[in-house]
This record gives sequence, C-alpha cells and structure tokens, in this order.
Amino acid sequence: MATTTTTEAATEVAHEGAKAGMPQLDPTHFANQIFWLAVTLVLIFFVLKLVALPRIGGTLATRRGTIINDLAAAEELKQKVAAAENAYNDALVSARAEAGKIVTAAKADIQLDLNAAIAKADAEISAKAEESAGRIGEIRAGAQDAISEVAKDTAGELVAALGGQSDAASITAAVNARLKG
Amino acid sequence: MKRKIDVAGEAHSEGLSFHPLQQFEVHPLFGDGPIHWYTITNATVWLLLAAICVIGVFVLGSAGRKLVPSRMQSVGELGYDFVRNMVVDVTGEDGAKYFPMVMTLFLTIVFSNILGLLPGSFSPTSHIAVTAVMGIGVFLFVTLLGLYKHGMHFLGLFWMKDAPLILRPVIAIIELISYFVRPVSHSIRLAGNIMAGHAVMKVFAAFAPMILISGIGVLVTPVSILAITAIYALEVLVAFIQAYVFTILTCVYLKDALHPGH
Repeated sequence: MATTTTTEAATEVAHEGAKAGMPQLDPTHFANQIFWLAVTLVLIFFVLKLVALPRIGGTLATRRGTIINDLAAAEELKQKVAAAENAYNDALVSARAEAGKIVTAAKADIQLDLNAAIAKADAEISAKAEESAGRIGEIRAGAQDAISEVAKDTAGELVAALGGQSDAASITAAVNARLKG
Repeated sequence: MKRKIDVAGEAHSEGLSFHPLQQFEVHPLFGDGPIHWYTITNATVWLLLAAICVIGVFVLGSAGRKLVPSRMQSVGELGYDFVRNMVVDVTGEDGAKYFPMVMTLFLTIVFSNILGLLPGSFSPTSHIAVTAVMGIGVFLFVTLLGLYKHGMHFLGLFWMKDAPLILRPVIAIIELISYFVRPVSHSIRLAGNIMAGHAVMKVFAAFAPMILISGIGVLVTPVSILAITAIYALEVLVAFIQAYVFTILTCVYLKDALHPGH
C-alpha cells in the first residue's frame, strides 16, 4: 500500500517536473550565472595567487627549513656528545695508565725503602746479637770464676766438715782438675 | 485502484508538496524583475559566500604564519598540500605553475558543494551553466596551451605511435571523439551528481510529513527521515569526491597538454 502510493506520487512528481522543466535548462539566467561565476573565479584566483598561496607556501617552506635546521643542529649536538664521550673515555684510559705507572713507581720506591730498612734492621740486629754474645761470654766467664770459687769454698768446707785437714793449695788443684775435667 | 489514486490526490492537495527541483530555481534576491546578466540572484549570493569562505580559510586563516599552525591555518595548509601534490604528481614539476588555477577550481567547487548542503541553500555547482563554463574553460585552456607549447606535435596525442599502422587512423578518430567529449563529461558529471543528490533528498523530505496526513505515515515518515540522513551523509562525501574528481581530471588534461607524448 505504502509503495503503491509512493509510486503514484512519484509518477505525478515526475510528470509535474517534466511539465515545469529543469531550472538548470532555463537559458534566461545563463548569462547571469556565467557572469557571477566568472567574478567568483577571478576573485578567488587573484586572492589565492597574490595573497594566500605565496603566504602558505612561504610558511610551509619556512617550517621545512626550520625542521631541517633543527635536525642538523641536533645531529651536530649528537656528534659533539659523541666527541665529548670519546674525550672522556680517552682521558679515563690515560688516567688509568698514569695511575698504573704511579703505582708501579711507588711500589718500586717502597721496595727500595723496605730493602734499606730491612738491611739496616739486619745490621742493627747483628750488632745487637754480637753485643749480646759478648756480654753472654762475659757473663759465662764470670760464672766460671764464681763456680770455681764456690766449688773451692764448698770443697774446703766439706773437707773440714769431714774432719780432714783443708789444704787450700791441694783443694784448688783438685777443683781446677775437676772443673777442666 | 481508484482509491489509491484518491489517496495520492488527497495527499497532494492536503499539503505534501513535491517540488524537488524548486531548490535549483534562480531568482533575483531583490525585487521580482527579470534576471539580467548583472542581477544579484540567490546563485550570486552562494557563489560569493564560497569566495568569502575561501578568503576566510586561506587568507585570514594563514595570516598568523605560525610555525606551529593554528587549526584554521592547518586546514589551509592541508588544502594547499593536497592540491599541490595532486598537480605535481600528475603533471610533473613543470605543471606547478598552473597550481593556482587548479586550486581556484578545486576550492570554488568544494566550497559551493559544501555550502549547498546547508538546508535552504543553493548549489551553484548543480547548474550545468556553471560547471560547463568551468569544464569548457579547462578544455579550451589545455587545448590552446598544448598547441602553443608543442604546435603540431600536440596532435601526436591522437596518433598512437605504438599501435599497428592500420589501426592508427581508427584509433585517432576514437581519440579525437573522446577528446571532444571530455568537457561534456567533465561538467555534466559534477552538475549531475550534485543535482541528483539534492533532488533525491528533497523527494524524501516531501514524504516525511506523511504521518500528518495518512495512517501510512507511521511507516513512511521514519523511513524518509532515515533516508534523508543517509543520503545527506553520502552527499557530504560526494561534495568532496566530485570536487576531487573535477580537479584530478583537470590535472590529467593539463598533463596531456604539457606532455602529449605520454
């Protein structure tokens, strides 16, 4: 029902349209439309050509230039950074080498000092040891005398205590013989 | 059958008005007199509005010349790049000096098409008088440019050197016909597309108030409104695509004029 009504109405529309004709085909206003189209086209053309397009083109070119410059600057900075990093690394390497050298030299110095100190200490020790040995010899000699003295005294006293005649000379000879013995 | 006719007749008399072509009528803006070539009509208004929009977007919008563009400036730059790349891609670098001309055509058509989509407006591009002037203008321009640049060599466009000798005259005739049909198809394509879309929308719009008249309207009215929405969306697409098609064909014709040797 709806579709049939639509078709009927559309047929009538088409009929009316054919009767009235398309406004597009009415030649009475062709001149008017062409004239105003020409005015519009000329207006837009000159506005675009003289103002808008050079300006927009200029803006785009400036932007492109700025971007290229910025990229170049960034590239330059990047290279500078790389150079700085290399310099830093070089400095680090040379500083390490320097430090190694200093350590080696210091080690050698210390070794020399150490050797000297050891030699000095050795000398002192041997001097002390000799001195000690001398003193020990003295003490030992002193002790020998004291022992023979004590032995003579003791022997004299023992002989006297046992009721013998203590003859100092024979006791001394006997003790000396024993001590040697 | 008799009843059906009655329904239709009744609907018409009670207010469903079918005038899908009324929107294309040209009438004087002031008074009611005859239309002289200088009379300011509704067509004049919408053409000049298109020009004002072009100036607004491309002159005022670009006035800032900002490195980081504002929105309007961005639109202008997009349009500039779009058409310029089209011209250079199709015609080569030597076609770049015709860029302002191509840009003028593109912007005039695209803004007329879009302004024509406003309810109650008028589409200058739906008129064959307007599109024919542009189509024939492009045709004459590229033909004269080709003859001026290449002289008789321009006619090599019709003489296929890589075709067999016997076929060459036949091909030349076909090429010649297709060459002269160019302005016709060029202009009728644009006017026809715009006119058809607007007329269809108007037909559906006429059916929309059916609900006030007849019970059938319960079905017809929502369908009509949905159809108007869908066709409007399609027309927005068509507004751009037809402007693009007109422009790219202009570029192709320009390429033939600049490099007739293919």
